[in-house]
Amino acid sequence: MVEEESVLFFFCGGSELNFRRAVFFFFFNFFFFVSGDFVKVHSTATEECVHILQGHRNLVTVFFFYPNNHLQLYSFFFFCTIKLWDYIDGIIFHFFFLGHKLHAVFTLACFFFFVFVIINKEKPDVFQLVSVKLPKSSSQEIEAKELSFVLDYINQSPKCIAFGNEGEYVAAVRDFYLSVYFFKKKTTSRFALSSSKNKKHAKNNFTCVACHPKEDCIATGHKDGKIRLWRNFDDGKKYTYTCLHWHHDMVMDLAFSVTGTSLLSGGRESVLVEWRDATEKNKEFLPRLGATIEHISVSPAGDLFCTSHSDNKIIIIHRNLEASAVIQGLVKDSSISTGLMIDPRTKALVLNGKPGHLQFYSLQHDKQLYNLDIIQQEYINDYGLIQIELTKAAFGCYGNWLATVEKRQEKETELDLQMKLWMYNKKTQGFVLNTKINMPHEDHITAVCFCNAEKFENPTLVTASKDGHFKVWILTDDSDIYKKAVGWTCDFVGSYHKYQATNCCFSEDGSLLAVSFEEIVTIWDSETWELKCTFCQRAGNIRHLCFGRLTCSKYLLGATENGILCCWNLLSCALEWSAKLNIRVMEPDPHSENIAAISQSSVGSDLFVFKPREPRPLYIQKNISREEVQWGVFVLRDVPESFTSEAYQWLNRSQFYFLTKSQSLLTFSTKSPEEKLTPTSKQLLAEESLPTTPFYFILGKHREQQDEKINEALESERVQLPLTENIPAISELLHTPAHVLPSASFLCSKFVNSLLLSKETKSEEIPEDVDMEEEKESDDSDEENDFTEKTQDTNDTDLGEDIIHQLSKSEEKELRKFRKVDYSWLTVL
Amino acid sequence: MGEFKVHRVRFFNYVPSGIRCVAYNNQSNRLAVSRTDGTVEIYNLSANYFQEKFFPGHESRATEALCWAKGQRLFSAGLNGEIIEYDLQALNIKYAVDAFGGPIWSMAISPHGSQLLVGCEDGSLKLFQITLDKIQFERNFDRQKSRILSLSWHPSGTHVAAGSIDYISVFDVKSGSAVHKMLVDRQYMSVSKRKCIIWGVAFLSDGTVISVDSAGKVQFWDSATGTLVKNHLIANADVQSIAVSDQEDSFVVGTAEGTVFHFQLVSVTSNSSEKQWVRTKPFQHHTHDVRAVAHSPTALISGGTDTHLVIRPLMEKVEVKNYDAALRKITFPHRRLISCSKKRQLLLFQFAHHLELWRLGSTVATGKNGDTLPLSKDADHLLHLKTKGPENIICSCISPCGSWIAYSTTSRFFLYRLNYEHDNISLQRVSKMPAFLRSALQILFSEDSTKLFVASNQGSLHVIRLLEGSFKHLHTFQPQSGTVESMCLLAVSPDGNWLAASGTSAGVHVYNIKHLKLHCTVPSYNFPVTALAIAPNTNNLVIAHSDQQVFEYSIPDKQYTEWSRTIQKQGFHYLWLQRDTPITHISFHPKRPMHILLHDAYMFCIIDKSLPLPNDKTLLYNPLPPTNESDVIRRRTAHAFKISKIYKPLLFMDLLDERTLVAVERPLDDIIAQLPPPIKKKKFGT
Repeated sequence: MVEEESVLFFFCGGSELNFRRAVFFFFFNFFFFVSGDFVKVHSTATEECVHILQGHRNLVTVFFFYPNNHLQLYSFFFFCTIKLWDYIDGIIFHFFFLGHKLHAVFTLACFFFFVFVIINKEKPDVFQLVSVKLPKSSSQEIEAKELSFVLDYINQSPKCIAFGNEGEYVAAVRDFYLSVYFFKKKTTSRFALSSSKNKKHAKNNFTCVACHPKEDCIATGHKDGKIRLWRNFDDGKKYTYTCLHWHHDMVMDLAFSVTGTSLLSGGRESVLVEWRDATEKNKEFLPRLGATIEHISVSPAGDLFCTSHSDNKIIIIHRNLEASAVIQGLVKDSSISTGLMIDPRTKALVLNGKPGHLQFYSLQHDKQLYNLDIIQQEYINDYGLIQIELTKAAFGCYGNWLATVEKRQEKETELDLQMKLWMYNKKTQGFVLNTKINMPHEDHITAVCFCNAEKFENPTLVTASKDGHFKVWILTDDSDIYKKAVGWTCDFVGSYHKYQATNCCFSEDGSLLAVSFEEIVTIWDSETWELKCTFCQRAGNIRHLCFGRLTCSKYLLGATENGILCCWNLLSCALEWSAKLNIRVMEPDPHSENIAAISQSSVGSDLFVFKPREPRPLYIQKNISREEVQWGVFVLRDVPESFTSEAYQWLNRSQFYFLTKSQSLLTFSTKSPEEKLTPTSKQLLAEESLPTTPFYFILGKHREQQDEKINEALESERVQLPLTENIPAISELLHTPAHVLPSASFLCSKFVNSLLLSKETKSEEIPEDVDMEEEKESDDSDEENDFTEKTQDTNDTDLGEDIIHQLSKSEEKELRKFRKVDYSWLTVL
Repeated sequence: MGEFKVHRVRFFNYVPSGIRCVAYNNQSNRLAVSRTDGTVEIYNLSANYFQEKFFPGHESRATEALCWAKGQRLFSAGLNGEIIEYDLQALNIKYAVDAFGGPIWSMAISPHGSQLLVGCEDGSLKLFQITLDKIQFERNFDRQKSRILSLSWHPSGTHVAAGSIDYISVFDVKSGSAVHKMLVDRQYMSVSKRKCIIWGVAFLSDGTVISVDSAGKVQFWDSATGTLVKNHLIANADVQSIAVSDQEDSFVVGTAEGTVFHFQLVSVTSNSSEKQWVRTKPFQHHTHDVRAVAHSPTALISGGTDTHLVIRPLMEKVEVKNYDAALRKITFPHRRLISCSKKRQLLLFQFAHHLELWRLGSTVATGKNGDTLPLSKDADHLLHLKTKGPENIICSCISPCGSWIAYSTTSRFFLYRLNYEHDNISLQRVSKMPAFLRSALQILFSEDSTKLFVASNQGSLHVIRLLEGSFKHLHTFQPQSGTVESMCLLAVSPDGNWLAASGTSAGVHVYNIKHLKLHCTVPSYNFPVTALAIAPNTNNLVIAHSDQQVFEYSIPDKQYTEWSRTIQKQGFHYLWLQRDTPITHISFHPKRPMHILLHDAYMFCIIDKSLPLPNDKTLLYNPLPPTNESDVIRRRTAHAFKISKIYKPLLFMDLLDERTLVAVERPLDDIIAQLPPPIKKKKFGT
């Protein structure tokens, strides 16, 4: 490609899916949700991601459909802006600037030019609901200044605000108060519940609110698990409420069905409860959803529900309470103690998942493959329980073996350790428990590593522990008269002056084992388990240890807690070089000599990529993350990139992923996630986004007839006729919504022209390509103009499939211009 | 306050009987309550929920329905097949009419108050005409297959809804024929139960029939088409009772699980006229079946097997948040069931069908204040006296000397003479009671046990001289001309010269025993008298009323005493007025004439007339000031009301001698332990 690349960071898979309620789109079978910086569009039928809306450089607070036009979308950012855009094409119509940070935004069909915004006033915990008049203007960037106050003393979460009965009133909850503002009467009623001070154990705090779509009824969720249904609240005195109580813990979210006949609630029990007719006796459950329900949303057609969970999961549920699809992101519920690993077989990222599980996460498809239950015990979700933790895991022998370590520590002296060894079963395509070792060490295990060298026919595993020993485990024959079997036994126990073993690693060829004992690195011969030599730099405990690869295999690298990176030469047994660097993560690329190190400073984390043989880094990227980076891993690329610039060559074969403390997974890439979507899902979008309108039928028939004609023509005249889908003008015409298209008379000639055969295709092909690339560059430089992405994409596929272009360049440009036309007439509608 | 040795008596094994029916009368704001033993009690809701009247029960007369008719007439019907009208003045049964349809399960008075309809065991509905002094059978409605368990008139009086087993019928009153028959689903939590019993129906003016049944459902039916409109499943057990407010904007149902549910008619949206019934609040004030509910304009009233009468005010209907807005739970009768012989330290306990005589235990030990002294001699159960016949005991009394016991049922008066020979007791009935001594509402012995005073239900007071083993009728005070009100409270002065008697509403009459004539009448007061007593020496009459006011009236001077005037001028402490049980007994300390001892169910109080009265700023329920405080502070904080709340629920407290008190408690837990087990409910976390 072109030599000028810029490496960008992208959130990859690790973005939170459960940040806000998902929004359904009723016309097509899509639903939308916020995923980090993007808004993702998934098909409800196939759960496949079909579209990613980009163009947000920071947190999307919430998004809504333009009330009267469902092809337009509002998205809102924490930092003072509102965008109105056509989400299918990604065209931004308007920016609205507000002088406040937006915590949540609401739109209503009956308040056409108003949006309701939660902003906070000077004090950090004082929030207000205000209505903002969006001024009519043709310009793209508009400053919205007309704020009018609606309610104060509210919560910042959008779950605590609900609009009821077609915008008759708005209900807001906070602490022990329910406030209702009536738009017509312009009055506020406030209802208070007794606070916990008065009553013992009464946790009456409001947690969420929902309004009945048809009736004057407000449902509120409470901290003690009660749901109250308020009625008659337009009279401050005659108000009445009824209680529904099933949840034993806080009600996280509430939603009414479209007709209002049933109420959905969810909480930490991970059970979706449907209250039919709002009666206590008539309730249905959908249990075992896996994790705390954070949000519930209902599709406008009423046939689907959607719950988002604390483990970064979205479940689509049918009206009859059957889960139909699960969209699982990277599970973020637990702390990551295993680190990031790559399963050699599936090339999936492996790390802690659900409690007691290892998750296998496909980076290519940005979705979870499966969870492997390691602890194999029922997880009891309650505060204050000491759970068994999965602390270490390692893959060995090309993914044939998996070693896991789990621990449970109730008191200082009562440590319970267990090591499990899992063998990959080709028949079942999964890991099967082979050996379980109780208390493999007396104290915490600090490192587990397999010897991955090819010459070792016998799988070998080394564990290092705080008890001062490292143990070598080998696979032995465990057959008896009943069956042939293999099992793991301890082969050697090593120690060094009763120091705690902190790290261990094998050299690339497996001949040497390096074990660090606090400040000292010991080198052992893996044949005889003899201590060969020791290195000691007196620069603090060794935090990371690794051997160099390939041409640098004679080097051993160690990073200490005092911020020194040392490189020893194993041939001379001397320190080659050392550098002062406070290293948090050190990760060797298994397929090159490169080693990535992430250092932590007060301002942020910096990335250094270097080869052990030279102390000068290949590549430095400052400030890759504001927070602490906890883990990193190199992943081999499917298709090697060809960066020519020396600084990026380390990214050619591998990709570096890293995980920050807030468990967002980041990577270095030049591609946007939209491009990474597989072509199949793209096609899915094209097909499904065509509504079954009369126009579709006519056009569909027309196309079929044309196809037949083409076939006939092919046979008879042997002239290549392009398919209609492949003509950009037509596909654009079809993919652009009708309301942004120019008049039909204007398009007609272009449309007909595009169906004609052009004769100079071959001669024009080469210069056209160049043109397009130039344009692409200009697109890249203009960061805000994301709408060209799509055409760019079609171009790519065109290039790949080598299809003859029928439209001249100038014509195409002209068509594109129509799309850039001023759309101010839209606001007049 | 002084130190006392207290006999803490807990062996009074009294269990009130369960509430079966509740009927609320809007005009007089009175509540009629019938219990499973046939007792009917009248509560005056305006007078601090005081139980002003009661009609003793009868073994065979289990009431199943209770109704108020026009002109404050009270009717009941029961399983003996009789319709009974009560005389609320004379406190007796006016007449009983047999409906000839087997046991009567339900009864309803027409909205105009002129007709009475009963539903019988044999499935017949019988219409009676209410005449001025009787009821007259009019005709039968179409006979149904099974018993009619519930009845409700349409407010226009044209139709009647009748709940039976498995179906509800709607009758046209004019023709007496069934217009609709609405079958009720037998399914109960998807299990087919054998029968679905319609425990209650309510007919609303818009034609809606609300039914409650044994499958736990509250159902709304359209009586015009006979179709089910809405179904609320609210309980896993029977829903047993229903009551609708007069405005028809709310109703209340009671379930066998002890929960009372409130339903309200709520507009669907604020700007539409469409309204719907919504279940709003559940109230769990009962542990057992809620057999009866009533809906007063401002409160929900419920009663059931657990014997409590619960009055739950509706907050939105209460104008000011005063003490009427608080929940009331009435468990114990507002009259005395215990009498005491001070001389022999005997207690006489009155039960529905027997009397028990106990001798108090004694101790020789001494101790500090607050110590529990070990008994050297246990309390003795001396006597168990069963009544003859099915009637309940109305009242009983033991003479102060302990040698006489008198009790009365509705039809007979009994007097016994007790002889003590060492440890043995012999009982001898005094025979040949005069004909006029048939039924007594209150019996009292004079302090020297030589005279017996009997308040009969005709309004007359009989004075009888007691001799060894015989008696002599001295005099009968006839009621004031024109009134037929019965006297229910009596008090005699310790010197035996004065007798005070009070009815339910009119003032207290004071009679001179020596001259056998009416001495004076204490001016009548708005609230009924709950307790009466005459102080020794001064002959001051102390009167407690149901609004918690206490008056002191000097009989010789025929006027209120100075202290009484002072306290009326200053007013009682607000906390004193907010107590929710009436004072049931007043007594005096023989050596301290300034002290008045009185108690209600939850406190015991000594009023020291010599001390200043408390105002609203002072602490009413002050704990005893520690003795090490200086005298000045003690004097400053002391006020006339010394209140002790150690003993509760307190049924009786009296002074045995100068230093000894007897307190009879009846812990609620002991009552609950004797009730049938409630429906078992799964409770989360247990």
